[in-house]
Amino acid sequence: MTTAYNGKMARINLTTGEIKVEQLNMELAKKFIGGRGLGTKMLYDEGIATVDPLSEANKLIYITGAMTGTKAPTTGRYMVVTKSPLTGMIACSNSGGIWGAKLKYAGWDAIIVEGKSEKPVYINVVDDKIELLSAECLVGMQSEEIDGELKKLHQDCSVLNIGPAGEHLSLLAAIMNDKDRAAGRSGVGAVMGSKNLKAISVSASKSSIDSFDPEALKEITKSSTQLIRENGVTGSGLPTYGTAVLVNIVNNIGSFPTKNWQESYYEDADSTSGEALKEKFLVKQSFCHRCPIGCGRVVNMNGQVVGGPEYEPLWAYGGNCGINDLNAINEANYWCNEYGMDAISTPCTIAAAMELYQKGYIKEEECEGIPLVWGDPKVIIEWTKRMGEAKIPLAKLMADGSYRLCEYYGHPEISMSVKKQEMPAYDARGIQGIGITYATSNRGGCHVRGYMISPEVLGLPQALDRTETENKALWAKIFQDLTSVIDSMGMCLFTSFALGAPEYAKLLNAGTGTNYSPEELLLVGERIYNIERLFNKAAGMKPEDDCLPKRLIEEPITNSFSEGQVSQIAITLPQYYKERGWENAFPTKETLERLDLL
Amino acid sequence: MIEVRLFATFREGRDKISYLEPQGYHTAAEIIHYFRIADDEVAICLINGRHSKLDSSVKDGDVIALFPPVGGG
Repeated sequence: MTTAYNGKMARINLTTGEIKVEQLNMELAKKFIGGRGLGTKMLYDEGIATVDPLSEANKLIYITGAMTGTKAPTTGRYMVVTKSPLTGMIACSNSGGIWGAKLKYAGWDAIIVEGKSEKPVYINVVDDKIELLSAECLVGMQSEEIDGELKKLHQDCSVLNIGPAGEHLSLLAAIMNDKDRAAGRSGVGAVMGSKNLKAISVSASKSSIDSFDPEALKEITKSSTQLIRENGVTGSGLPTYGTAVLVNIVNNIGSFPTKNWQESYYEDADSTSGEALKEKFLVKQSFCHRCPIGCGRVVNMNGQVVGGPEYEPLWAYGGNCGINDLNAINEANYWCNEYGMDAISTPCTIAAAMELYQKGYIKEEECEGIPLVWGDPKVIIEWTKRMGEAKIPLAKLMADGSYRLCEYYGHPEISMSVKKQEMPAYDARGIQGIGITYATSNRGGCHVRGYMISPEVLGLPQALDRTETENKALWAKIFQDLTSVIDSMGMCLFTSFALGAPEYAKLLNAGTGTNYSPEELLLVGERIYNIERLFNKAAGMKPEDDCLPKRLIEEPITNSFSEGQVSQIAITLPQYYKERGWENAFPTKETLERLDLL
Repeated sequence: MIEVRLFATFREGRDKISYLEPQGYHTAAEIIHYFRIADDEVAICLINGRHSKLDSSVKDGDVIALFPPVGGG
């Protein structure tokens, strides 16, 4: 049967240099779709949950979604699935660009990397040929330079790589692809660095992939793309302003974390907004493969045309560090990408360091000439570079994230993180549902594992009162399950502003030959969420890891439209477990039976 | 005074922030009509940071923030 799967993956052992071709387990592919779901199931079955994440025993799975490379909209995506050195739990980082589609066009659904190379290497994929090559010439290079060097050697290739941060095993290291796209979260770049793997270049002579029912796929692609183009958010808001348009909305509900979440309203937010970015710096939009939205920004940075910041780094370098200089934020974001670091966790760690400095826990002499004061543009640029270099002692500490930094200074409560991963740009005191997402996210502090901002702030698909707790647990569960499906299909989460489970079911069925109803597809999503939780359980996760920082529970918002609010997670978490069929944070036997996970 | 903040495309040809005398404006709808914005163009209407319907009443000292459809993540 012809489907959107290639049915083939490569297993590369960097210790021995052996490269094996394996068949994709199609039964598992049906149960877990691909990408995030199938990758997690494979990692779990290979017994990786209990290994040291930076040891030779950990494995890296680069896996495409079931629909990656098809004609469906936004299908350039891939996932990196591994055990996270930052959280000690499942890592599953998702990126756009075109690298994922190229891998699929070259004939592969996934690459599994095992072991550790003695010397720096990169993997070169040209259709069905895979070779390991010396990466000595790439050592120390930054992301854009690596991309350029490999393109000289392998014409028309797409490149995925780690920058210096990954080489230094920074726990905030990202994997960059296509210059400025990032599988950013959970320290996946450090795992790559620990294996002495610097890059993977992929070239393909094909530029399309088969599907089960090409006519049906063409039809549903056309109608889905039309829905995306006609939707106010995906057809107009995101193309015009990018994700940064959220700065003013979130600030105007008083839930814009400021100065490491000590405040929740930033007086100067407008000067760092999507509107300001468009007015002063925007050169053009940028698009991932087969994307009709184009939320990416290309900006003018001191005369240089570079990838611009999305909402998260704009907030994290901006209000969260008390910075109102948009050019400085562009520059800090650029260096974050160049060194190959997570553009959420890196600036959030700088913000945590600023609070440690404000409170006298970090001393001026430790700052080596650049004191960590709020609002100084030089701080975010230079400390980002310092973290990327990891040479001076304080920068080395910071390169492992805010939790370890704050713990080192005896104040872990200053780290605004969940499961040791920094939370993103929405204050869960003023938005109750997103707090459930943060607390229960299997990969730690994260907003894109169940984007409750959609109903609670944007009113999509229907408006929910952001300050109420009622029904939020069920909504969070449904959003988490649907997101698991979208990630596993290899599509962009932003399509969900315009599409729902019925469209995703039709796309997947036409691409792969499944016959899922929307309800059955959500059940698959639930299965995926639960296999991640089983991985975490095996990795040693404790029920108390599903929590929020004390500040969100005990310190009410003081300076904004959400004054007096605290997170009601103590109320919503038990409701969430009930909706999930979990006891003490883990699935019951009945739940596992229902999801066919026993 | 009522402070009105406009965002995204609502700023085209209009001031970012305006201050209106409260007399003559009883609802958010009356305010958006003053700016020649149609009801169905407004995706988010915040009154003092709370999501509000366009028929919600407004009073002296309120801060109104208006957005067309926008989103992100």
